[in-house]
Amino acid sequence: MEYKGWDQVEAGAVLPSFEDKNCDVVRQKQEDRNYAQTSSYTASVADWRVFKPVFNKDVCIDCQNCWVFCPDTAIVSRDKAMLGIDYDHCKGCGICAEVCPTNPKSLIMFFENEENEEVLSKWPEKKKKEK
Amino acid sequence: MSKIIKNLKQFSTSNDRFEGAHLLCPGCAHSIIVRELLNCTDDNLVIANATGCLEVCTAVYPHTSWDASWIHIGFENAATAATGAEAMYKTLKKKGRLKDPDKPVKFVAFGGDGATYDIGFQFLSGAVERGHDFTYVCLDNEVYANTGGQRSSSTPRGSSTTTTPAGKVSYGNKKYKKDIVAIMAAHGAPYVAQVAPNKWKDMVKKYQKALATEGPVFINAMSACTTEWKFPADQTIDVSDLGTDSLVFPLYEIENGSKLTITYRPKNIVPVRDYLGVQGRFKHLFKKENEHIITQMQKDVDKRWEMLQRREEAGV
Ligand SMILES: Cc1ncc(C[n+]2csc(CCOP(=O)(O)OP(=O)(O)O)c2C)c(N)n1
Ligand code: SF4
Ligand code: SF4
Ligand code: SF4
Ligand SMILES: [Mg+2]
Repeated sequence: MEYKGWDQVEAGAVLPSFEDKNCDVVRQKQEDRNYAQTSSYTASVADWRVFKPVFNKDVCIDCQNCWVFCPDTAIVSRDKAMLGIDYDHCKGCGICAEVCPTNPKSLIMFFENEENEEVLSKWPEKKKKEK
Repeated sequence: MSKIIKNLKQFSTSNDRFEGAHLLCPGCAHSIIVRELLNCTDDNLVIANATGCLEVCTAVYPHTSWDASWIHIGFENAATAATGAEAMYKTLKKKGRLKDPDKPVKFVAFGGDGATYDIGFQFLSGAVERGHDFTYVCLDNEVYANTGGQRSSSTPRGSSTTTTPAGKVSYGNKKYKKDIVAIMAAHGAPYVAQVAPNKWKDMVKKYQKALATEGPVFINAMSACTTEWKFPADQTIDVSDLGTDSLVFPLYEIENGSKLTITYRPKNIVPVRDYLGVQGRFKHLFKKENEHIITQMQKDVDKRWEMLQRREEAGV
């Protein structure tokens, strides 16, 4: 999009979230919405990450803890199933991995530059409870 | 009509109305608190936001993160903006000038503790006294986070902030945290409550009750701040758990100015020092000469819990 200069911005500006004024946001999934360029949905914060969460579908129980506690709307859940991470909006805070209750965890933090396929092939085994 | 949310799986089918790529710190609790409010209702929302981290980081030119009508005016007047919009809406409805008069609209204001306990307090008090139909949510991170961590009247005693730094001669903030929940209940507001994002179900239930209540509602939300409380970003929920389970942030509600109900009783109450111990802002309290502050804090927390339980029992 074309950015205005600081002296071209109108006071009391209105930023639309959608191109379609009648967007039924409650019933429309994110992928079906016609976002305006002024919605932060169209932006990316991927370059904030040092670590990234990697998702292992095989151990996930779809509890949705990660969905509710993600501060960046970056967990994609549809029809009660956790589908994966939206890497455009994930900042790598690590909350999702911290709150994931499975053993081994279904979300683990890795260095941003590691390959997902590679770490998935070496996923940790179930850990015995220490006591 | 209120949306039915029986469990987390069902809640997760909500279509998000608070978008990512806002610029709040990684792990910031503000967005968890706000996102749950936007997701717990199907009604249209008109939101006013006081200046502070939430406002600054969700409306960075040229982007907005809000899929709802959202207004920013100043630091102090979120309550005024929300209730002004509410008054206008009511008038237009009366005059028959609304396009869709049957579609429910809720008016919500968000403000930080600086905006709420201090600088916007008069505006909030006035809005509640006038009896507008709106919900005010305070994002209580106990500090002026957006401007670099100055103390507010919500900052707890013993906390090190940039204006009350701990050091050789000081154990940090010497004043006590203001009891905003009691103050707002004393206004006679029909519904006042304290919430925490780690207890998502309790929070959603209170939000829904708040939005369904006719008249002014005040909600104080504990908002763990990774930057100013000084803990790692992935610990937000764990720190919040210690906050609610040590009863430093008890979860309760007060209806019609007096009827108090405790909504969460921890199975295992953890010592206050466990909550303090995971946060850098309280690190200095663990020095021998400051230990008495922790002892006093524990006593204060116990005393308030006792008071809350007695008030609940007495129904006053
Ligand atoms: C009248 C006025 N005074 C001071 C400021 C500067 N200011 C902007 S944000 C902020 C701190 C906000 O603190 P709080 O309300 O606790 O919200 P937080 O950032 O902690 O979420 C201050 C002092 C301002 N914008 N307007
Ligand atoms: S790392 Fe943080 S931002 Fe990324 S998906 Fe997990 S909770 Fe969300
Ligand atoms: S928290 Fe873990 S188990 Fe639960 S839905 Fe997320 S990835 Fe799956
Ligand atoms: S400073 Fe604190 S409140 Fe502000 S964005 Fe960062 S974590 Fe959130
Ligand atoms: Mg604050």
